[in-house]
Amino acid sequence: MSTTNMDLLRFATAGSVDDGKSTLIGRLLLDSKSIFEDQLEAVEATSDAKGYDYTDLALLTDGLRSEREQGITIDVAYRYFATPTRKFIIADTPGHVQYTRNMVTGASTADLGLVLVDARQGLTEQSRRHAVILSLLRVPHLVLAVNKMDLVDFSEEIYEKIHAEFTQFATKLNIPDLEVIPISALNGDNVVNRSENMDWYSGPTLMHHLEHVHVASDRDLIDARFPVQYVIRPKSDEFHDYRGYAGQVAGGVLKPGDEVVVLPSGMTSRISKIDLFDKEITEAFPPMSVTVHLEDDVDVSRGDMIARVKNAPEPRQDIDAMVCWMTTTPLKPRQKLAIKHTTRTGRALVKDIQYRLDVNTLHRDQETKELGVNEIGRVQLRTTVPLLSDAYAKNRATGSFILIDEASGVTVGAGMILG
Amino acid sequence: MLGMSQTHVDYRLSQLDQLEAESIHIFREVAAEFEKPVLMFSGGKDSIVMMRLAEKAFYPAKIPFPVLQVDTGYDFPEVLATRDNWVNRLGVRLIVASVEQALADGIVVDDGKTSRNRHQIGTLLNAIEENGFTAAFGGGRRDEEKARAKERVYSHRDEFGQWDPKMQRPELWSLYNGRIHEGEHMRIFPISNWTELDIWDYIGREGIEIPSIYFSHQRRVFERDGMLLSESEHNPCREGEVAEERTVRFRTVGDLTLTGCVESTASTIDEIIAEVAVARVTERGATRGDDRFSEAAMEDRKKEGYF
Ligand SMILES: Nc1nc2c(ncn2[C@@H]2O[C@H](COP(=O)(O)OP(=O)(O)O)[C@@H](O)[C@H]2O)c(=O)[nH]1
Ligand SMILES: [Mg+2]
Repeated sequence: MSTTNMDLLRFATAGSVDDGKSTLIGRLLLDSKSIFEDQLEAVEATSDAKGYDYTDLALLTDGLRSEREQGITIDVAYRYFATPTRKFIIADTPGHVQYTRNMVTGASTADLGLVLVDARQGLTEQSRRHAVILSLLRVPHLVLAVNKMDLVDFSEEIYEKIHAEFTQFATKLNIPDLEVIPISALNGDNVVNRSENMDWYSGPTLMHHLEHVHVASDRDLIDARFPVQYVIRPKSDEFHDYRGYAGQVAGGVLKPGDEVVVLPSGMTSRISKIDLFDKEITEAFPPMSVTVHLEDDVDVSRGDMIARVKNAPEPRQDIDAMVCWMTTTPLKPRQKLAIKHTTRTGRALVKDIQYRLDVNTLHRDQETKELGVNEIGRVQLRTTVPLLSDAYAKNRATGSFILIDEASGVTVGAGMILG
Repeated sequence: MLGMSQTHVDYRLSQLDQLEAESIHIFREVAAEFEKPVLMFSGGKDSIVMMRLAEKAFYPAKIPFPVLQVDTGYDFPEVLATRDNWVNRLGVRLIVASVEQALADGIVVDDGKTSRNRHQIGTLLNAIEENGFTAAFGGGRRDEEKARAKERVYSHRDEFGQWDPKMQRPELWSLYNGRIHEGEHMRIFPISNWTELDIWDYIGREGIEIPSIYFSHQRRVFERDGMLLSESEHNPCREGEVAEERTVRFRTVGDLTLTGCVESTASTIDEIIAEVAVARVTERGATRGDDRFSEAAMEDRKKEGYF
């Protein structure tokens, strides 16, 4: 098996404590043969020592000592497994409301969100919140896994009820693709193998869905966006006049000959060539890391953006965004922070907090003019440097930013630009 | 060979090309935002892949930072040879921080119980501090071990070089936060999302040089604590241990007194890949004496400032 031509799916998992998230991930790793003997033996030994009469697959993923002691998942853990056609990166995120920020972190890079519910309890406030966060972060595919079906006698009626209730709720959200799958993580029903206990279910197994969900079309291939990261100037004899703009394509397709504009200066030129290491290539698209050359000797530096002349973002200093706040000292109007957007950094002033979003009910609270830790709200910012941005809904790379506390240097906020 | 040659028609990038693009992005980001980065080079396959990625990130310019190697005094000569070939080909500056020297200078203290590998921590932190490095690239992968699975790409270290797993900064999208205070530094893990198999596939695809001990060869070895160790001047047999010649290869390289090998006839990258793909024991579990002492061994060493 070679991974060279496989494609990649990043997915984030969420569920309340004890819904079976760690067990499910353990099951996916085990059934795709991504778990090694020594890892399994260690887990079996620990399960034995704790007096369990089953192998606690959750121990495979609950990594840090404090988590093992408390028996809960407190931080995002990344897991890897592969089937013959796809490699998977799982961001395993904690479900508690006090770890919303961790879930936002895990969801930020995910193509797919996997929300677990316990079939006995049905939808809870937590599962609704998880769906809201995934939709806010514009994770394009969502799977609701109705777990522990073995404890409700594999009842179709219970599945249908949860399915209907969730579909109803999802209409209020931005979820382009939804799949609801009844499973038993502990026994493996409908995880990799089709369940013999639920012949009434005709949809895909979880693994089949993960392997086949179409993610390539989720990228924006229309609007060319190239944030310049680094200017390459070898100054060697052989490459004396070489001047290349290195970066990762954030949107669209770039080709030699394209008429481009450099922002924020507004200077125009043409792409003369595109390098990928020591080869010239004819097209560059997301998420390739390439080096772009321009025909004219225009002034380009880190933080600038190369876009198409007739399709470029408007440089803006007034930013309207949904912000997830991640630290215990609340975010308040007049506060000043550092901001990082694509390869640009500057400072930002909080002009206003328009409302706080109740992620359980979607209610907009306009009374409270601050955001506490793990809260999400609509915030107006004024930045010292113009941001070359798109709406997050259009492009996750050019629509996102982080806020940094200038004294501590810590990342305190995650922003998604509106309109 | 052009990585995405077969896939660019429908604008799809294979997973290996996506990983490469992500890692190159990280290298460039660090070079742009940090004053004094350094690449920690062990000569092992992961750090060789890092070197290749750094080469690609800045080509045709030279890699804009030096390479740091911690010399335990017990390194495999084949590994040092490969290191020198890489450093010479790329024209980068090599800094060697010697554990022996650090012991002699009293920077690390030998209590007689601690392994050489553990002394690397003090030696490394001292080298980082002395040179004023603000960012140190490491070849850690999240698939290696449970504690690593939670580590950020930019992993903050305090003035004592320590990692605090409970105080990690959130890391979103590909927006990395490189802010540090005086005296602190950042460990950077550009190949966080690569698995062991990805590393081998990449080495095969790129056709790059790795130390010969990764390939099957004849070696005098003996068994200790269930591991096959190489007999050498620094690592003689103890009473009751018998060395004999076997056909082996190494899955990781490190301190030769602690790094075990496995019996294998895999003598090409393809054969190694075939072997790795069906391996039933993780590379660390099989061959790293230093991770075996407790279930939380890696987490403890990381907190102290291990790679
Ligand atoms: N009967 C049954 N129990 C399950 C199932 N999935 C998980 N569990 C159990 O539910 C408990 C919590 O599981 P865990 O994976 O730790 O949940 P997490 O908190 O979401 O990670 C454990 O005792 C599991 O064995 C299932 O499908 N059926
Ligand atoms: Mg868990």
